[in-house]
Amino acid sequence: MITTHELSKKYKNQVVLNLPSLSIPKGQSFGLVGNNGAGKTTFFSLLLDLIRPSTGYVTNGDVRVDGSEDWKPFTSSFIDESFLIGYLTPEEYFYFIGELRGRNTSDVDALLAKFEDFFHGEILGQKKYLRDLSKGNQKKVGIVASFIGDPEVVILDEPFANLDPTTQIRLKQIIKDLAAKKGVTVLISSHDLIHVTEVCERIVVLQKGEIVKDIETSEATLKELEHFFSGDAIRQEA
Amino acid sequence: MIGVNFATPGLRNEVNGEKLIFPCNKFYLGATNSRNQQTNPVFRHFISLQRKSFFRSSSFGKSLAIKILMGFFALYMLASFLGLGVALYFILEKQFPGSDPLLILSEYLVYWVLAELFMRYMLQKLPYMDVKPLLIQPISKSRIIHFLLGKTAFSFYNFMSLVFFVPFAVVLVNKDYPAIQVAGFVMAMVFIAQAINYTNFLVNKNEKVLIGLAVLLALFSGLEYFDIWSVTAYSGQVFYSFYSYPVAFLLPLLLVVVLYTINYRQLKQLLFLDVAVKKKTQAVSGSDLGWTRRLGNVSPFVRLDLRLIWRNKRTKTQVFISLAMVLYGLIFYTMDDFGSTSAMLVFVGIFITGIFMVNFGQFIPAWDSEYYGMMMAQNIPLRLYLESKSVLISVSIIVMFLLSIPYLYFGWEALAINTACALYNLGINIPVVLYFGSFNKKRIDLTKSPVGNMQGTSATQFLIILPLMVLPILLYLGIKFLFSFELALLILSLLGVGGFGARNYLMEFITSAYRKRKYAMVAGFGERNS
Repeated sequence: MITTHELSKKYKNQVVLNLPSLSIPKGQSFGLVGNNGAGKTTFFSLLLDLIRPSTGYVTNGDVRVDGSEDWKPFTSSFIDESFLIGYLTPEEYFYFIGELRGRNTSDVDALLAKFEDFFHGEILGQKKYLRDLSKGNQKKVGIVASFIGDPEVVILDEPFANLDPTTQIRLKQIIKDLAAKKGVTVLISSHDLIHVTEVCERIVVLQKGEIVKDIETSEATLKELEHFFSGDAIRQEA
Repeated sequence: MIGVNFATPGLRNEVNGEKLIFPCNKFYLGATNSRNQQTNPVFRHFISLQRKSFFRSSSFGKSLAIKILMGFFALYMLASFLGLGVALYFILEKQFPGSDPLLILSEYLVYWVLAELFMRYMLQKLPYMDVKPLLIQPISKSRIIHFLLGKTAFSFYNFMSLVFFVPFAVVLVNKDYPAIQVAGFVMAMVFIAQAINYTNFLVNKNEKVLIGLAVLLALFSGLEYFDIWSVTAYSGQVFYSFYSYPVAFLLPLLLVVVLYTINYRQLKQLLFLDVAVKKKTQAVSGSDLGWTRRLGNVSPFVRLDLRLIWRNKRTKTQVFISLAMVLYGLIFYTMDDFGSTSAMLVFVGIFITGIFMVNFGQFIPAWDSEYYGMMMAQNIPLRLYLESKSVLISVSIIVMFLLSIPYLYFGWEALAINTACALYNLGINIPVVLYFGSFNKKRIDLTKSPVGNMQGTSATQFLIILPLMVLPILLYLGIKFLFSFELALLILSLLGVGGFGARNYLMEFITSAYRKRKYAMVAGFGERNS
C-alpha cells in the first residue's frame, strides 16, 4: 500500500530521515517506535505531503503523494491538535470532515454512535468549542474524526499520549478492530512500547532517521524492544 | 519542522521561563532576608522584566521590512508628541491671546484624562497570565500581587504622556515660569497617569464603564459645544492648581496609593487559577447554517469560513469595521473640492465595495493557519478551497455595493462609479487578492485580541495595495483624461466582467501558485511566533 523510494529528508546538512525502501502492505497494522527526534513525525509528514522530501518520494496506493492529490480520498490522519479547528464544536467538526469525505450527517452520527464508550460522555452535546476542550478530549475527537469515511489508510501520530488509562485501553481495541475487520492499513507511532506491541503486527524502530529494527510482532518483541531502548543497544550503535 | 508541537507556544515559554526562573530565585532568597532589603531587588526586577517583555514581544520578532515600517510609525508618533509638546505653548498663545497657555491646557486636561482612560480600557489589560508560573513557586501571594501591580507601573502607556509633558514643561521654564512650580505640575501629571493606570484595572472587567466613559465624553463636549455648561472651567481650576500649589502633586500620589490598595485587596480575593488566572471559555453560538447548502460543493468551506468569522474576535471586528466603512464615502462626497467625477471617488468606490475583500482577503489563507496542515492532508481539492473564499468575498462585495446605493443622493455619477468599482473588484481584484495570498506564510492565532494585532502581516500586505487600489485609479485617470468619464467607467466595468469570464483560467493559475508554495505555507503557519 505504502512504499518509499529512496526517500530522505535533510535539514541543512543533517539527515533526519533516510528510508530507501520501506514497504507497508495493505491491511497491515504498522507501528513506528523511536526516541524523540528519531524521525517518526517527519515520516508521517512526508507521507501526508506536508513537507518536501529532499530525495525520493512516497507512493500511497500507487499514487505518488507529492505528484497528485488522488491519495487524499482514501487516506486519513491525525497528527496533532493542529489538525483540529478550534472554533468548531466537536459535532460540527465531525460533520465538516464527513462532508469532505462524502458522508452526510446521518452517516457520521451512525459512526459516532459506535464511539459512545470511547467519548465517555465528554465530547458530544457539550456545547463547547474544540479549543476549550482538554488535550485528551481534543485527541479523542481527532482520532475518531480520522475514522470517518471508511479510509483505507489511517495515520495516527502518538495516539496514546495524553489519554487516560480507560481510554487507552478502549483505543487499543478500536485500532485492533479497525486493522483486523476491514483490512485497513493503520500506521501508528508511539513512545509506549507495550501499547504498540499489543496493537501492531509489525514494528519498525527508527533511530536518527534510519531503520534499526524491523520486527514482526511476537511474544518476544516487547522484551527485545525494552532491551534495545534500555540503553545498551543504543549506546553501542551510537 | 512542521507544526507538531505539543508544548505551549515557544515565546511564552521563553519569556515566562525568564520571568519565572530569574525573579523567583531572587524572591526566594529575598524571603529569607530581612524585610527592608527586599524592596530594591524586587523593583529592579519589575523594570527589567517589563523591559524584556517589551523588547522580546512578538512584534519585535517581525521581518525587517515590518520592523522598519513599524519603527517609522513609532518614531512618527514619538516625534508628533514631542513636536506637539514643544509647539503647543505657542499655538495656545496665538489662538488665545492674552490668556495663560498653561491655564488653557489645564482646561482641556479633563478630556485628556477621559480619553486616556478610554484608550487604556481598549488596549491595556492586567497581565494575569504572566503570573501563572509564579503561583506554584514558594512566593507569598501578596508578593505576586505586588509584582503584578508594580510591574504595570512601568508599563509603556504610563510614559507616553511624559513625551508630551516634558517638552511642554521645558518651554514653560524657558518662558520664565518658575521651575519648581512647573516641576510640581509635571509630577502631578505623572501620578495622574499612574492613577489612570490603576483605575483602568479596577474597571476593566466591566463593559458598562466603557459605555459610561463614552457617554461622559460625549456629554461634556456636547454641553460645552452648546454653551450650556462648561466642564473645562472646573477642569482648568483643578489642574492649574497643581501649578499654583506645587505641593499639590501629593494629592494624585495619595490617589495612586489608594487605588493601588483597592486593586491589591480585590486581587487578593481573585488570584486563583480558576478565577482571575483563567482563560475565558466562550459560549457556543450554534446554528447549522443550513441555507449555505444551496451553494453546492463549496458550501462546507463557506460554512467553515462563516463560523471562522463569527466566532473569532479579530475577524468579527473586521466585519463591523467593514460595515462601518460604508460611511467613509460621506467624507469625500460632502467635500466640494473633488467634483462628482474625481479619481478620489474611484478610490472611495474600490475601498467601500472592497473593504472586506482587503481586510479579510489579504490574510487568506493565514486565517486557516492553525489547522492548515489538516486542510492540506484532508480530502480537499485546493481549487475548491480557493473557490469558496472567492464566493465569500464576492458576497461581501455585493453586500457592500448594495449598502452604498444611497450615495445616489450625491448624483448618478456616484452610483455609476460604485457599480464600476464593484464589478472591477469582483472580476479583477478578487483573483489578485487570492494570488497574493499564496505569498502568506505568517501564522495568525485566532484567539489573540484584535486590537493593534499585526499578526500575519508581512510585506505582502503593503504591496497588495498597489494593484488593488492604485492600478484602477490610474486607469480611470488616464482614460478620463484622454477620452471621457463614461468611457473610463465602462472600461473598468468591462475589465471586471472580463476577469469574471476568465475566472476558470485565473483560478487554475492561482491554484497552481498555492500548490507551488504549499510546503512553505505549511511550515510557516506551523511557526508560532511569526
